[in-house]
Amino acid sequence: MNAADQKRLLREMIFYRRFEERCFEAYMERKIGGFLHLYSGQEAIATGVLEVARPGHDYVISGYRDHIHAIKAGAPAREVMAELYGKETGSSRGRGGSMHIFDPTVRFMGGYALVGQPFPLAAGLALASQYQGTDQIAICFLGDGANNQGTFHETMNMASLWKLPVLFVCENNLYAIGTRIDRSTAVVDQYKRTCGYNVPSSQHDGQDIEVVMEAARNAVDHVRAGKGPYFIEFLTYRTRGHSMSDSNAYRSKEEEQQWAARDPILIYSKRLKQKKILTEEGIRDIERSVQEEIESDVVKFAEESPEPRVEDLTRYCLEERDPRWVGPLQQGARHE
Amino acid sequence: MSEMAYWEAIRRAHDEELANDTKVIVMGEDIGIAGGTYKATSGLYQKYGDKRIIDTPISENSYVGIGIGASMAGLRPIIEIMSINFALLALDTLINAAAKIRYMSGGRVSCPIVMRTPGGTAHQLAAQHSARLARMFMSTSGLRVVTPRGPLDAYGMLKSAVRCNDPVIMIEHESMYNMRGEVPDTETFRPLEGAEVVREGHDITLVGYNYSVHLCLAAAERLAKDGVSAEVIDLRALKPIDRETIRRSVEKTHRMLVAEEDEAAVGVGSEIISVVIEECFFALDAQPMRVHAADVPVPYNRSLERAAIPDVEDVYRGALNVLGRL
Ligand SMILES: Cc1ncc(C[n+]2csc(CCOP(=O)(O)OP(=O)(O)O)c2C)c(N)n1
Ligand SMILES: [Mg+2]
Repeated sequence: MNAADQKRLLREMIFYRRFEERCFEAYMERKIGGFLHLYSGQEAIATGVLEVARPGHDYVISGYRDHIHAIKAGAPAREVMAELYGKETGSSRGRGGSMHIFDPTVRFMGGYALVGQPFPLAAGLALASQYQGTDQIAICFLGDGANNQGTFHETMNMASLWKLPVLFVCENNLYAIGTRIDRSTAVVDQYKRTCGYNVPSSQHDGQDIEVVMEAARNAVDHVRAGKGPYFIEFLTYRTRGHSMSDSNAYRSKEEEQQWAARDPILIYSKRLKQKKILTEEGIRDIERSVQEEIESDVVKFAEESPEPRVEDLTRYCLEERDPRWVGPLQQGARHE
Repeated sequence: MSEMAYWEAIRRAHDEELANDTKVIVMGEDIGIAGGTYKATSGLYQKYGDKRIIDTPISENSYVGIGIGASMAGLRPIIEIMSINFALLALDTLINAAAKIRYMSGGRVSCPIVMRTPGGTAHQLAAQHSARLARMFMSTSGLRVVTPRGPLDAYGMLKSAVRCNDPVIMIEHESMYNMRGEVPDTETFRPLEGAEVVREGHDITLVGYNYSVHLCLAAAERLAKDGVSAEVIDLRALKPIDRETIRRSVEKTHRMLVAEEDEAAVGVGSEIISVVIEECFFALDAQPMRVHAADVPVPYNRSLERAAIPDVEDVYRGALNVLGRL
């Protein structure tokens, strides 16, 4: 990878971090409501995996911690922010909110609040690609906790049986809300759980973006070559609480410090400095330009966008009536 | 008497029932070490240990099923599901199994479980975290459904539910956990059946359950300023429904409005209107009506959300409409 691309990737991760931290601030100012789950600390995974896939072409689907998956998949950051502000210009027209970002124009097929719900949906997206003979794959981002849902097991079986082109990305941040993985899960290494379904899998460091890309490239190639599903596990850590109402009281300070030293942005900044691709001053410049872009474009757009009109409350609930297919029988009509 | 919050009342009921009977266990996501999303089980893990306070994986259908299985063998599980939306994942085991096992076995096997879960909209939690869905359970034979409106019933009904041999679904509300109210200091049980007249009046009957009782009470205050005397009934249980209390009230007031937070179709409102028509049609002086949510998934945007969900104003205007004053 050339120096320009490496710089771009670092900038993207810094942008994603700042985006999420800005959401935190907007939530505190009560501009964002509801549940808000931030991705800070896990940036190398969305960034690295989608970097080696084909965002905009491949299908991507996620859980409720979905902002960054959506943006890296190609959803405009300003529309994601506008969604969080509940605006009509938002990715889901202000109807979905933080947990339900959608952008079908780039094939980002949504964030879902129900843990484990996206597994079969991802396999379904893959089934449609296979059926239609395209070379698109489906990429499903979920947490470690999701693997304890029945949908995980049922979907692994069918995806394997039908050789569906789907890549399952498990972001193992060691916790499901306040429950540490070893208290909820008999097999802590998540990649081992798919062997009963003959789904190839592997486990990697999720904090070093180069490791992520290298591993994801193999997985994406496997899936795109028509060899069936792949399950890839990345070990990671969220720097903030599960959502805004969570204090992280169940995590030890030592554990948090250990992971802080493995922050994906820290790791990659250091590497680019060592390789003399960037200087400390260069990194400051990136931070400044990210800050500027987020304020003058992303947040400004969200702030200035209009609210949905209350008259449009039930709009989007069903498709707007097409008289060719729907509508009442005419008076006195009979079914023969 | 002491004043306590709804969540504290639920916590106290757990604590007393755990102390009373070692067959009582508690299961759910993040209920143990973390103490529960709404603190309703806080401190119990430390007091009763991990054999009795069981943190479960995110596997609703199966841990509820495990609770049901354990109840068939004599335990009395109290199962918390963080949100009624997630309870949909456990509908198979609740509706196809728990609700039917007593009947299918000719009364020989019972499932004394309690499943507690908050339904209802809170603040911009959006479409997948705002389901109300009481109707799904109240339409299932073989279940009991209770909807405590405040700390006293939350405490006393949970205690009765633990001791009852039927599967009991206790529907709480996201917006009620911090609501405060008086609870006796001595151990108290509240019945799992029977509606309650919570405000007497003679011009119109307002029927609510769980959160909507509070909308009805507030609307009744406003109606009083207009010289209208409204009677408010808290259904308390949605299954079975206390038809008698509704009949007696409507025979007195001759008018009825029912308020529900859910969408109208096949819901609490349609059921209560049917009850009124079946029980006392000829006592009515006006068409019975219902106030309900808009026919739409719950939107994230705050103004849309408020427009979708009924509030005090809607109940007040609904009552004026029944009274022919609008
Ligand atoms: C079906 C269902 N059950 C429970 C929840 C509540 N809940 C929300 S997130 C979460 C933890 C999920 O953990 P994990 O899959 O590891 O993802 P992470 O939040 O760590 O990214 C739980 C239990 C839910 N949203 N859906
Ligand atoms: Mg996790």
